[in-house]
Amino acid sequence: MTLSAAPGFAAPRLPSPAGALSDALFDAMRRPPFAMWDLPAPESDDDLHLTLYACYELGYVGFAEVDGDWEWEPSLVALRASLERRFEATLREAIDTVADAPDGTVAERLQALIAADESPSVARHLAAHGIEHELAELLIHRSAYLLKEADPHVRAIPRLPGRAKAAMVEVLADEYGGGRLEYMHSELYRQALEAFGLDGAYGAYLDRLPGVTLATVNLMSLFGTHARWRGAIAGHLAVTEMTSSDANRRYGRAVRRLGYTSREATHYFDEHVEADAIHDVVAAYDLAGGLAEAEPDQADTIVFGARALILVEGAFARHLLGAWEAGRSSLR
Amino acid sequence: MTRGPETEITSYRDGPLVVRGPIRLVDATGAEIPVRRSTIALCRCGRSRIKPFCDGTHKTSGFKTEARASG
Repeated sequence: MTLSAAPGFAAPRLPSPAGALSDALFDAMRRPPFAMWDLPAPESDDDLHLTLYACYELGYVGFAEVDGDWEWEPSLVALRASLERRFEATLREAIDTVADAPDGTVAERLQALIAADESPSVARHLAAHGIEHELAELLIHRSAYLLKEADPHVRAIPRLPGRAKAAMVEVLADEYGGGRLEYMHSELYRQALEAFGLDGAYGAYLDRLPGVTLATVNLMSLFGTHARWRGAIAGHLAVTEMTSSDANRRYGRAVRRLGYTSREATHYFDEHVEADAIHDVVAAYDLAGGLAEAEPDQADTIVFGARALILVEGAFARHLLGAWEAGRSSLR
Repeated sequence: MTRGPETEITSYRDGPLVVRGPIRLVDATGAEIPVRRSTIALCRCGRSRIKPFCDGTHKTSGFKTEARASG
């Protein structure tokens, strides 16, 4: 099968709104920046997370029809802050549904959190008996993050102390293919999407993603945007890496079982089995461990970031598996 | 973690050997195993499915390193 080379990069169009707030914001963003007043409250999680995602997106690629000056329009920054406070409040309310691990070194605490996580696994389901449209839906959900894989974490680099900073750079450099486009993980993901007959363009599926999916990306943007959350982005990345080799081995198995055997279809998953086995120990011991060693008061923030990841990923997995079990689409 | 001119091998607790720096990896016949990354992890538990590289399987097999080798 022949695949296109990387296409000319275009910013996506604004998605369709998911409620009164996203509707009002997207209307405003089609005009030149102005001070927005009297925006409605988010009417649902879908509305909240799509609006927050769009606010953050202005700091990544942005949207084709939105003036770049919206990124720092004070009323938009204020809106983003108010949505972040709501998001953080829901995280804090629910965090105790995730087992805590109060004792030991940071690496031991992160290992204990993973061992105690009883969330269902989309990767296990797909590897054992996933069907084609379920795999396609999973790939579409994950496109919200994996087409900008590692981008939220880059902002944390200047806020980390010596050993933790070096470890973050070591992991992220590998995420970006060691500086080679053909190995950059977001590029491998684009190729995988296209190998499955899906649209590999950045933001192509934003219309289809429910709040429970966007929350998994907003969590990284939240932690990556704010210096005070530097511990949380480290804990989030560490647990992501510590659980990723196994998940990607299962995804690779699902992909092959469903007949997709081309290098373009399998490379993303195979690459992550090997890469994340390295990132696992570097992120746990050198990034998270190194940060806690230099700044002991960050240890609990590191663990909070890891628990928040387990919380939002658990909700994501239950949403997908629940929809599929009921014979419904998990997309918006 | 400091990266000098020498290749450095770090043993991580209950995990792989992580190699940083220039390295030439060959199999038992002397044939070169391509190494693309600047940092690699070598299997230490013996159960990886992508040997000589680590694939994280040590976690599920309960592999433990001795206390002195703790990372």
